[in-house]
Amino acid sequence: MSDIRNELKYLPSHEWARVEEDGTVTIGITDHAQESLGDVVYVETPELGATVNAGEEAGVVESVKAASDIYSPISGEVIAVNESLEDAPEQVNESPYDDGWFYKVKPSDLSELEDALDAAGYQAAIEADE
Amino acid sequence: MGHRTALYQSHIDAGGKMVDFGGWDMPINYGSQIEEHHQVRRHAGLFDVSHMTVVDVTGADARQYLRRLLANDVARLDDKPGKALYSAMLNEAGGVIDDLIVYHLQGWYRVIVNCATRDKDLAWMSQQASGLDVHINERTELSMMAVQGPKALEIVKQCVSAGRAELIDQLSVFTGKDEGGWFFARTGYTGEDGLEILLPEADAPSVWQALIDAGVVPCGLGARDTLRLEAGMNLYGHEMDDATSPLAANMGWTIAWEPTERDFIGRGALEAQRREGASDTLVGLVLTGRGVLRAGQSVRVPGSERTGVITSGTFSPTLGYSIAMARVPAGASGEASVDVRGKALAVSIVKPNFVRHGQALV
Repeated sequence: MSDIRNELKYLPSHEWARVEEDGTVTIGITDHAQESLGDVVYVETPELGATVNAGEEAGVVESVKAASDIYSPISGEVIAVNESLEDAPEQVNESPYDDGWFYKVKPSDLSELEDALDAAGYQAAIEADE
Repeated sequence: MGHRTALYQSHIDAGGKMVDFGGWDMPINYGSQIEEHHQVRRHAGLFDVSHMTVVDVTGADARQYLRRLLANDVARLDDKPGKALYSAMLNEAGGVIDDLIVYHLQGWYRVIVNCATRDKDLAWMSQQASGLDVHINERTELSMMAVQGPKALEIVKQCVSAGRAELIDQLSVFTGKDEGGWFFARTGYTGEDGLEILLPEADAPSVWQALIDAGVVPCGLGARDTLRLEAGMNLYGHEMDDATSPLAANMGWTIAWEPTERDFIGRGALEAQRREGASDTLVGLVLTGRGVLRAGQSVRVPGSERTGVITSGTFSPTLGYSIAMARVPAGASGEASVDVRGKALAVSIVKPNFVRHGQALV
């Protein structure tokens, strides 16, 4: 049973987004995603300062098994990337919602997240997949 | 639901993540594939390989039959009971129907072929036996497990009877011996020392548990694949298939050209290829930068208009970067580039052999 957190928003493609107190948004992949991928060996995040668009590719996560595109749940400017993943990509497996975050965005329109799934919606999406 | 081995419940109990593999429900890992991989290189790992197909070949014509069926020559095993041979089984066009290991036992032979190729292999083997005094007997009632790693032999000896421990002590590399319905072979698919053990299904779960209790770590098919790839061992359906010549799959060493009068199936086609010179060759690739090479990606080599293709690629847990095997135009060497999702990444061409006995070879 994978961990799905109530305070997060989700894409059916298994990314999560968390709105921080300062209005920025942190993005990563879900516990279910890391479990299906297996041991993560590389993460390619967007570049600092780059613009990402909601629903579009923003990076790649590679596990021993497969490569998987990362889609951004929200548009905006990338204001931080998790550089520690370069040396310790296993954080994505060990702590997908905390230490294993991918990048942070200054959102151009926070209301875009209204289209994303809530925890119950994401749970239903996973079950429909299986 | 797929076929289940006698160890299915043992996998569930050990937290195995089950996937479909050639119609069988098999564990891909029990948590971390990378950790399982390291255990085999440094200590000892345990694999359920009961999905593999075990075929005993008996009868007065067994030797003559296998000398025609296989590209390698079982006559090399004469006077060497227990000795094993790796071989391709070819079609008339010289394509690889399967790769296999054959053991010479007392007057008969044990052949171990792949799981996904079982049906076509058995059909072909039966067809070629027609008119000969040969019996082909599939041993579906046996379980098969592999214990691999530098500590494998030592630990297995602790978990079996004194008589069987003594038998293991006498096994030299690449030999096998049967004993009271069990079969021990000092073979494997990881590049480490170790054993492959055939035993009655009813005994398998308790032996599996005894090995785990003695410190052997259960490993899934994921680790089996990264281990064999580091060891430069081919996987049927990737490095070769019915349309691939063994000469283009780094299997030239397994073809017994002498004696010239031995007319094995596919010989004519291979001799023609040898006269013309092989157009493709199997090489290793190393990517020391970021990224992971994957099967199917195209390879550009210097001095050739034709591109090659990656047949197997992965992240190498032992080396810490990506490695691959690739079929490329013959003669390619030095630097090449691989198309990884639209980016051309620089790779080095090496011999397809990356890690043996825990040591990096590249």
